[in-house]
Amino acid sequence: MTTILDRLSAAKANRDWAAMVEAVPYAKLLGLAPVLEDDDLLTKMTYGDHVIGNMALPAIHGGAIGALLESAAIFELLYRAETIVLPKTITITIDYLRSAGPHDTFARGVITRHGRRVANVRVEAWQTDRAQPVATAHAIFLVMRDH
Amino acid sequence: MADDNLRMNALRGFTQGIPHNKALGIEAVDLERATSLFVLRYDAKLIGNPDTGTIHGGAITALLDGASGAAVFAALGEWKPIATLDLRIDYMRAADPGRDVFCRAHCYKVTKNVAFTRAVAYVDDETDPVATSAGTFMLGTKPGGPK
Repeated sequence: MTTILDRLSAAKANRDWAAMVEAVPYAKLLGLAPVLEDDDLLTKMTYGDHVIGNMALPAIHGGAIGALLESAAIFELLYRAETIVLPKTITITIDYLRSAGPHDTFARGVITRHGRRVANVRVEAWQTDRAQPVATAHAIFLVMRDH
Repeated sequence: MADDNLRMNALRGFTQGIPHNKALGIEAVDLERATSLFVLRYDAKLIGNPDTGTIHGGAITALLDGASGAAVFAALGEWKPIATLDLRIDYMRAADPGRDVFCRAHCYKVTKNVAFTRAVAYVDDETDPVATSAGTFMLGTKPGGPK
């Protein structure tokens, strides 16, 4: 059986970031797509009915924004790390800054510290203007092998 | 909640009126005196780790966020626009594959502008949580406008 780590390793070796999403059903459900811009790995969440939390505005559900931020942090860890492990989220704190409207949303993570057991990542999500983020987060992951 | 019609309408609204909840399989089960009970129905589309079949953290985030917002509504006892300011989620363990995940949220304090929540996501036993969260919500926000 091909494990998720095999698939992630192959995706990394082939620089086929779309394959990372293909390996994770929930990322497909949300409509996530990693986009490489120079050396920045952005994660794009395509707008659609499935992410709406408030139909009247309309606005994207806070849970979908949270999932985008968490996924972007994980993709950043997979993209930067030399050895592939599947990061396990210990904690994530999300600040919601603005209502996220009916547009595609982008997120990018920055690793602030990568230790032997734990990695810290800051993430920002934005829509039409990167200088006006809709949400930010910081997350801590367990990144040990064979945990 | 005092008004049973309001309670039933709210349960229906949270379950059927929010597209992201429908896409994930999140249902509002109960609302009472500043607490809410929600459930996330297990489905293969929610899987974050295909090797183990466990649900992605992002779906748990949506469950905790939605249930926490509903607890604020239950505490207020009326429809009032609210917005999540921040949500901190701690993950204790993976949700058991194949099992629904429940979430009980409590709005333990309401001030003029802000409401404070705690929530627990669990499978069988609230004392063996999958994840817990602490949230703050801004009350009486202008729909879609700045906070």
